[in-house]
Amino acid sequence: MDPNSQQSGNMEEVKIFDPSILPPCLDQIDLAYSDSDVLSENHCVNEDHRMPSDPEGLLDSADPTSEESNQPQEPSSTDMQKLDIDDDRPLCAGGSETDSGKASEDSALVDNGQDDSSEFVVTVLARGKMEEQGMGMKGASSPLCDTPLGPPSHRNEDVTAESWRQHRKHVFVLSEAGKPIYSRYGSEEALSSTMGVMMALVSFVQSGDNIIRSVYSDEHTVVFMQRGPLVLVSVSSSRQSEQQLRNELLYVYNQIVSMLTQASITRIFEHKKNYDLRRLLAGSEKILDGLLDLVDSDPSLLLCAVHCLPLASSLRDSLSQILQKAITPNLVFSILIAKNQLLTIVQEKMVIDDARLEPADLHLLLNLIGASSAFQAGEIWTPICLPSFNPDCYFYAYISYLDPPECTVCLVLLSTDKEAFYSVAECKRKIEEAMQAQNALNAISKAHSYSVSQVGVSDLRHFMYKPFDVPDNHRQLTQFTSPEMEAPYGSEEEQTRLLDLYRDMHSRIHSTSRPLKLIYHVAERETLLAWVTSKFELYTCFSPLVTKTCAINAITKLLRWIKKEEDRLFIRYPPKYSTTPNPSKSSRDGH
Amino acid sequence: MSLRELKVCLLGDTGVGKSSIVWRFVEDSFDPNINPTIGASFMTKTVQYQNELHKFLIWDTAGQERFRALAPMYYRGSAAAIIVYDITKEESFQTLKNWVKELRQHGPPNIVVAIAGNKCDLSDAREVSEKDAKDYADSIHAIFVETSAKNAININEVFIQISQRIPVIDADGSAVKGFKLRRQPSESTRERTCC
Repeated sequence: MDPNSQQSGNMEEVKIFDPSILPPCLDQIDLAYSDSDVLSENHCVNEDHRMPSDPEGLLDSADPTSEESNQPQEPSSTDMQKLDIDDDRPLCAGGSETDSGKASEDSALVDNGQDDSSEFVVTVLARGKMEEQGMGMKGASSPLCDTPLGPPSHRNEDVTAESWRQHRKHVFVLSEAGKPIYSRYGSEEALSSTMGVMMALVSFVQSGDNIIRSVYSDEHTVVFMQRGPLVLVSVSSSRQSEQQLRNELLYVYNQIVSMLTQASITRIFEHKKNYDLRRLLAGSEKILDGLLDLVDSDPSLLLCAVHCLPLASSLRDSLSQILQKAITPNLVFSILIAKNQLLTIVQEKMVIDDARLEPADLHLLLNLIGASSAFQAGEIWTPICLPSFNPDCYFYAYISYLDPPECTVCLVLLSTDKEAFYSVAECKRKIEEAMQAQNALNAISKAHSYSVSQVGVSDLRHFMYKPFDVPDNHRQLTQFTSPEMEAPYGSEEEQTRLLDLYRDMHSRIHSTSRPLKLIYHVAERETLLAWVTSKFELYTCFSPLVTKTCAINAITKLLRWIKKEEDRLFIRYPPKYSTTPNPSKSSRDGH
Repeated sequence: MSLRELKVCLLGDTGVGKSSIVWRFVEDSFDPNINPTIGASFMTKTVQYQNELHKFLIWDTAGQERFRALAPMYYRGSAAAIIVYDITKEESFQTLKNWVKELRQHGPPNIVVAIAGNKCDLSDAREVSEKDAKDYADSIHAIFVETSAKNAININEVFIQISQRIPVIDADGSAVKGFKLRRQPSESTRERTCC
């Protein structure tokens, strides 16, 4: 965030969409567009900044109404100038939210157009320096945190290099004292002054009883989020909406909570304000790195839904039954994963009556397993917190691959009993035996994602379908289905481009100010249709030459196909077991 | 031939090579890019020692500070603890001393302690002299070896020495090796660690 490092130049070209064919409903967006532009300079919300548990989205929905741009009044005039330029650009309306409100302090400073705002930044920077010297980087750093861990990675990047600045999305985590906790690229030490400035910005705005929420510049959106004693910052040139970036930061926060629990984070910082949290996260950087890669590449996190591996329902049922039979007291969840997708999950009845397992928690768990090869050796027993379930408590996870050395099928058993390893491990033996008897591993290895060609609708290239109409399913485990990304989305760049388009549609559908139900969007290289009803949320991607009628027909066919394949694509009736009320049944497992 | 279960836990600073030692012992392989252990990893290996089979129940604990509080769960009921340091990192030797202290205070009374100075293939970067470490180990009556999981040096040796030491400390006065001792360690292990 060093203002000199923020070039308002040509870091990434804006994607060009064809705005000529937009459904009439999008006109509203244009209105919202100019609205939000005036406001989006520096999102200061008049709220008590001490509220750590501010539920995500509440602040956001307050956005257009309760915002007070009392701090940076002046730059909004820059905003308007910039706005004109923006309008000339052939942007799709949906892009407007992220593309709007260009002038940040950063660009203003570079432009030297606004004395006032420059002054503002200078003040902030000076403050940042003071903070840095005062409460920042002092504290005795543990010898532990100096231990270099893992293979060379983004950690060793030169943070002064242009290539570092070019990264599409930076994520920083710091403590309220301005101490670096995590940076996606580059070492935290090298970034300590940068993070100091970030904290200075946050506390400067706080001192006026406000909350800094975001800063927009030509190329970047900077989103701030404070959660208890942690401050998370996303600096993105991905053109995603602020809400989406905020959700991503929430995932990062929750992944940290999943390792430490919220209660202990709070306790640690109450005890010692300038504690170096990296001591406790040492060795876990890879997990956060993995999460951010997942956030960028896996739409399940965007949709907040779980992706199941398609499986014949008879096979899935028999796997569920195997899990249902292998129980021990205090076992809460039995989860079977293959190729990082869910095969089946069995849940404890009583527990799930109290609180449901959120897809977000499952994503964190899947990421933990996928991000580290540590699980491929032996049987792992580790505490893990599921933040949406209960941010202050640990479950104890038994994690073991069933097919070493390939390590594609993973069993996760969650218990509330810290000491239950041996009895839980016994459950695994039973599961292993039963699966062997049914040759289940072989059957699982044949399961794979499907191709969109199986749907049999020409012009349809890809889709994402998230049903709401299975009440049991939705209440207990939100899922979605999606085919493999195939040509022309074979390359990583093209996949990213398609996901960007989906993200854009998603943010327009879920716009807090003007939510939409249906978007038909003709882009340069494809046509997209997004549709939300009470029964489902659907995103489809067609070849660019498809007509509206054609697309509607295709969707009708697609919905029919999904209905037909429902049993294979989704876990229709999440199975349950009961381990707490009648432990005598499974006492055999205890020692 | 009788089978004895011996619970062994590995302790030590993060990155010193605990998992690599276990991996070398159990699978006889080495991965230079191994990921930090999360929580603790449980593995077993059975080896013949004289006329007994020793089944090592190995708890490979994570060295990271956030898992420190869990350590008692793993060393409780252990017949032996292998405390590992990195000969190229002085501070990991200091951490080792803290582990010894903790075991003294909270560990099982008769636990066999083995000290392994790992990464002895990197003697160019050595920070802990072999003599200092050996003297320290002798002062606490611990087994001492310098190991290299990478080059498979002295890995089996550690476990053999543990096997050698175990029977002597066993209960009911039986100093004869390998007879009627088999239940003792494993049962105490289980009683105390399970629900």
